[in-house]
Amino acid sequence: MIKLAIREEQIKELKNKIKTHKEKPGPLMPSLHDAQKLIGCIPYEIQKMISKELNIPVAKINGVVTFYAQFSLEPKGENIIGVCLGTACYVKGAQAILDKIGSELKIKSNETTDDGKFTLEATRCIGACGLAPVMTVNEEVYGNLNVSKSVEALNKHKEGAIND
Amino acid sequence: MIRSSEELVKRYNETKGKILNRAGLETNGRKEVLVCGVAGCKSLKSDTLVERLREAISDNGLDIEVKETGCFGFCEKGPIVKVMPEDIFYSQVNPKDINEIVESHLVKGEVYKKKLYINPETKKAIETTKEIPFYKKQVKIALRNCGFINAESIDEYIGAGGYQALAKALEMTPQEVIEVIKESGLRGRGGGGFPTGIKWQFARNNESQTKYIICNADEGDPGAFMDRSILEGDPHSVIEAMAIGAYAIGANFGYVYVRAEYPQAVERLELAIEKAKREGLLGKDILATGFNFDLEIRLGAGAFVCGEETALIASIEGERGMPRTKPPFPASKGLWGAPTIINNVETFAVIPEIIKKGSEWFKGIGTKKSSGTKVFALVGKVKNTGLIEVPMGITLREIIYDIGGGMLKGRKFKAVLTGGPSGGCLTEEHLDEIVDFDRLKELGSMMGSGGMIVLDDKNCMVDIAKFYIDFMVEESCGKCVYCRIGTKRIYEILERITSGKGKPSDIDELEQLSQGVIDGSICGLGQTAPNPVLTTLRYFKDEYIEHIEDKRCSASVCKDLINEYIITDKCTGCTICAKNCPVECISGERKEKHTINNEECILCGDCFSRCPFDAIVTR
Ligand code: FES
Repeated sequence: MIKLAIREEQIKELKNKIKTHKEKPGPLMPSLHDAQKLIGCIPYEIQKMISKELNIPVAKINGVVTFYAQFSLEPKGENIIGVCLGTACYVKGAQAILDKIGSELKIKSNETTDDGKFTLEATRCIGACGLAPVMTVNEEVYGNLNVSKSVEALNKHKEGAIND
Repeated sequence: MIRSSEELVKRYNETKGKILNRAGLETNGRKEVLVCGVAGCKSLKSDTLVERLREAISDNGLDIEVKETGCFGFCEKGPIVKVMPEDIFYSQVNPKDINEIVESHLVKGEVYKKKLYINPETKKAIETTKEIPFYKKQVKIALRNCGFINAESIDEYIGAGGYQALAKALEMTPQEVIEVIKESGLRGRGGGGFPTGIKWQFARNNESQTKYIICNADEGDPGAFMDRSILEGDPHSVIEAMAIGAYAIGANFGYVYVRAEYPQAVERLELAIEKAKREGLLGKDILATGFNFDLEIRLGAGAFVCGEETALIASIEGERGMPRTKPPFPASKGLWGAPTIINNVETFAVIPEIIKKGSEWFKGIGTKKSSGTKVFALVGKVKNTGLIEVPMGITLREIIYDIGGGMLKGRKFKAVLTGGPSGGCLTEEHLDEIVDFDRLKELGSMMGSGGMIVLDDKNCMVDIAKFYIDFMVEESCGKCVYCRIGTKRIYEILERITSGKGKPSDIDELEQLSQGVIDGSICGLGQTAPNPVLTTLRYFKDEYIEHIEDKRCSASVCKDLINEYIITDKCTGCTICAKNCPVECISGERKEKHTINNEECILCGDCFSRCPFDAIVTR
């Protein structure tokens, strides 16, 4: 697992954001979205902080955080690979791509490599069904894939990950 | 600032010239270039095309604008570049084609033939969009501005007649607005097909001081992107319609609940809201009528169940997105206890047109009980994948063969999935059935939000049922026991069947369990979750039996039922399989029969699905 270091400024920024959300009804979800975006995950200490700021029991916050797929308790890797397993991609062989990428990286979906470089996720439709099957590496979208093309794409990022 | 309807008309008169010119209705003698800047085309780097076009245009000393629009629909052929007003359609454009297009078309006025769309039937190049078969049978209402206007410009929306429906509605009484919607026969495009006007009436009749209107843009159906395209291509149409709806029911505040996975849609919507506020089309005293309405975005967080109204409300309130029993319906007791109307993006997008053109016009399109059009994401094994809008009542055959161009690689049509994980499959015998809310339901599937996934003989129906149920297992919120555990048990049975351990009693068990989940769940998610299982059982029972009795998957999808892949004498030595094999275990000379080294083969099936000659079989 990757160690998480939360910086003072991040906490400060988050608190400021929470303050503006507090002025409106239903501040919890927007606050959690900000936490996820700023810190990359919402660990227990952050949940506690949000609980204090919003005066909502931490048990409830934990319940909400763990309910939604967008929120994670642990940090993700430097590069996030998302293989779309939406229906359009699935019927065009996306499972084989996911399996292959998993075996290349020696992880299963929703896991992170030991060196913290890659997290593999099976995502849902990203709206590029016309190019199915698709996969994303961070912001980059690769379409019209097959097993070997997906490995090529992965290798490109592996090299990049070694270079920097 | 647009302070009154007179000022809106004035702005329209100032801005319409450009739009009319683009549409070829009136000319100002200027050309424009449109590039799709979203979804598929964007992933194919259409933004580089925009840059290159601008450079090439200025290098040639021309003064022609390049606009990024929303989706043109024909994603298969992306990235797409169009030259207006002549409406020339360039497909699969590369950055290196740009110079030629600019020099030939924009400088010399000659269409650049090499990048035109080729009609696969006649092998002839087609110049204009409207002549392309993919577009011929389409009728665009919800998508009227998608791929036509610059979604980031409120002036273009106004120039295309935008916000006039709001002005018109504000001159009517709220009840009159509701009557128009009721008479139009508009039904909710999000899945259920409930009449929108009747829903509005419920909320209107409630005397509460506070009411809310919500746009459901938490597009959950995996394999569908209608809402996304509308928000990215024409966000103002949704804002305008929400204001109309708010006025009709008596609300002053609204939320758009949008999927966080669609950052570009969120961005464009945010920008559109900000611009509408700046122009005074949102806020206090809109168009000097005393009507106040404001709007905020709330992000979804990746829970399919939040497409259900009460779960969506819980989510905005900051709770786990769990549905509750109805009644009370949200129209009487919704967000923070106040009457709330929730409509889907596509439903909203057609409303301004209905207000402008009247209910008779809308009723004139579609079938008796399903008026208007429906947007579908046509994907899977058809030639032309993309986003389409068709009149209700069109047949599946017309969609798949005329618009979709038929099956990919000439393979055999097997089934089409509609309604996403809540829907089901339809088969060959249904191809001439019409598509509308009621007919699809009668056939055991449903309209859903508009995913339409075409399958060929290399897709296994048991596997598809397993895929959807797996989705539901993950997405069940866990409140109802039947939905939480029943879907899991169904999954286990399907897993057993697809791995060759199925028992003859499994089919009965599946049917019973499915009925249990339908009866024992309080919300739409659970009540429809077994549909894919039930319809595949209904139409493809022999496939289940084959898996159970013969331990065979004739589509060669279920890995555990495959011992090895073998190349038969049909092999022509085209080398496609060998080139693509991820473990390089296929060998053979060009134009000679290939062989698979089964020791190294990982059974990924890539060669099998790729072989153009059906030369690979399984054992
Ligand atoms: S299903 Fe993969 S992008 Fe839509």
